[in-house]
Amino acid sequence: MSEQGPNVILRTSPHLRVSPPVHVIMRNVVWALLPVCAFSIYQFGISVLGLIVTCVASCILTEHVICRLSGRDSAVKDWSAVITGILLALCLPPGFPYWMAAVAGFVGIGVGKMFFGGLGFNVMNPALVGRAFAQASFTVPITTWVPSMVPDRFTQFIPSSITLPFLKPNSVTEWLGQVAPDGFTGATPLAVMKFDHVQSIPTMDLFVGTSAGSAGETSALLILLCGLYLVFRKMMDWRITASILLTAGGISGILYMVNPAVYPDPLFTLCTGGLMLGAVFMATDMVASPVTPLGVWIYGALIGTITVVIRFWGGLNEGVMYAILLGNAFSPLIAMITQPRIYGARKAKGAA
Amino acid sequence: MQPDSLTFIFLNAFLINNFVLAMFLGICPFLGVSGKIKTAWNMGLAVIFVMLVSSMCAYGINAILVKYDLEFLRLISYIAVIASAVQLVEMTIKKFSPALFRTLGIFLPLITTNCAILGLALFQTNRSYDFLQCLAFSVGAGAGFTLALVLMAGLREKLELADVPDVSMGAALSLMLGGMLSLAFMGFAGLGG
Repeated sequence: MSEQGPNVILRTSPHLRVSPPVHVIMRNVVWALLPVCAFSIYQFGISVLGLIVTCVASCILTEHVICRLSGRDSAVKDWSAVITGILLALCLPPGFPYWMAAVAGFVGIGVGKMFFGGLGFNVMNPALVGRAFAQASFTVPITTWVPSMVPDRFTQFIPSSITLPFLKPNSVTEWLGQVAPDGFTGATPLAVMKFDHVQSIPTMDLFVGTSAGSAGETSALLILLCGLYLVFRKMMDWRITASILLTAGGISGILYMVNPAVYPDPLFTLCTGGLMLGAVFMATDMVASPVTPLGVWIYGALIGTITVVIRFWGGLNEGVMYAILLGNAFSPLIAMITQPRIYGARKAKGAA
Repeated sequence: MQPDSLTFIFLNAFLINNFVLAMFLGICPFLGVSGKIKTAWNMGLAVIFVMLVSSMCAYGINAILVKYDLEFLRLISYIAVIASAVQLVEMTIKKFSPALFRTLGIFLPLITTNCAILGLALFQTNRSYDFLQCLAFSVGAGAGFTLALVLMAGLREKLELADVPDVSMGAALSLMLGGMLSLAFMGFAGLGG
């Protein structure tokens, strides 16, 4: 009589887990960005909704068309173009004209990514390439800020958003007079700090995020929480974020102790501008950051330092974008000098 | 920061008005020798050296030309004197330090007639720097050139195995990378001003 054994499959070690495929990671980053988008829409109204839709559409369309033109399969399904679009929208001012945002998305994806062969070969973060291009081309609209929590923000667009393509953006002065009769200075907390050395808004408000600024960078708290989700899913390198925040906070802490009259306190540095958004979602771009264990700390420290240097001594009041682009440029070199030693291998004699 | 302090002159030439990425001088070696980090680094050292030599030469010639009221000969005499001075130095190095010659050797004659070198000489004359300021300016410009070259080489080595589309192969890729680096360097505008 033959015995019927239980249906058990035996496998020998090692037991490896398959790491999640690219599109799953990318989709999770999109989930993590959605709360930030939602808060931004709540804060600035339908103009930001339109901005996000425009950027995402422009990025997806560019990616799709270029894939077609170069005879490849469309890479839209890996969700990375969606992330680029959302990040780009979140780091633009809320009233940024839609046609300019579409141009920035086109440049970011076309020049920043597809030109080099698509996802995996982009040397810099595509969203930031797009934004740097916009900053160089459209200097006035990209520094025009509007107040948050305007009463009829869900029924009315900011006038400058809806500008016909290739035209000068509509003036927001009249609209500002209606929505903010008390007078809105048009300056972000960072600009006020830079030029007047006064902190205009309590740090707690900056942390929760009710101030003027780019669409999605006002709430440091929300961005941190969304980042934590990705860290727990092991889809983001927390060391890069930690390194950037520690360096930027540390340097401004030292400067604050030396001269509190001129330099802001470290919490102000951490909660203002795009630092949190950049440190959590942009600098951690998997392709454009180094992969060695020591390298990511150096990379983060470099970004943190350049950010603070540009903010305190540069001509601009915000430097996170340039700091990350420069960090991306440095990352092959950082990866090269921090190659870990192969276990058991000795340094070759005479090797340069 | 004082605009005529040595630190500011150095930083200005090194980052803010980087010869390659902000003033677009010396693009030819920037594109030509940025394929490998090692060669880029050696080229950078050679450029620092040549800039230092040419800055000193230009300072001397200018003093002589001004004395004899011959400023209109500035351009041609700069080129001639700088090129021959570098050739002389090259021969000396070859004789006394073959190791150093092998490192810098091929690159030295390549860059003596480059626009970045002539640009350096003309700028320092225009801004009427004194001798120490000239030295700070030339070392800063050379270091900035090296930085740009090495960054570019790192990115190009990274992209060596990339699946680049046909349209963007070769010079197009390098030029686009250079443009993106230049965009990133715009962040330094106005630093210390």
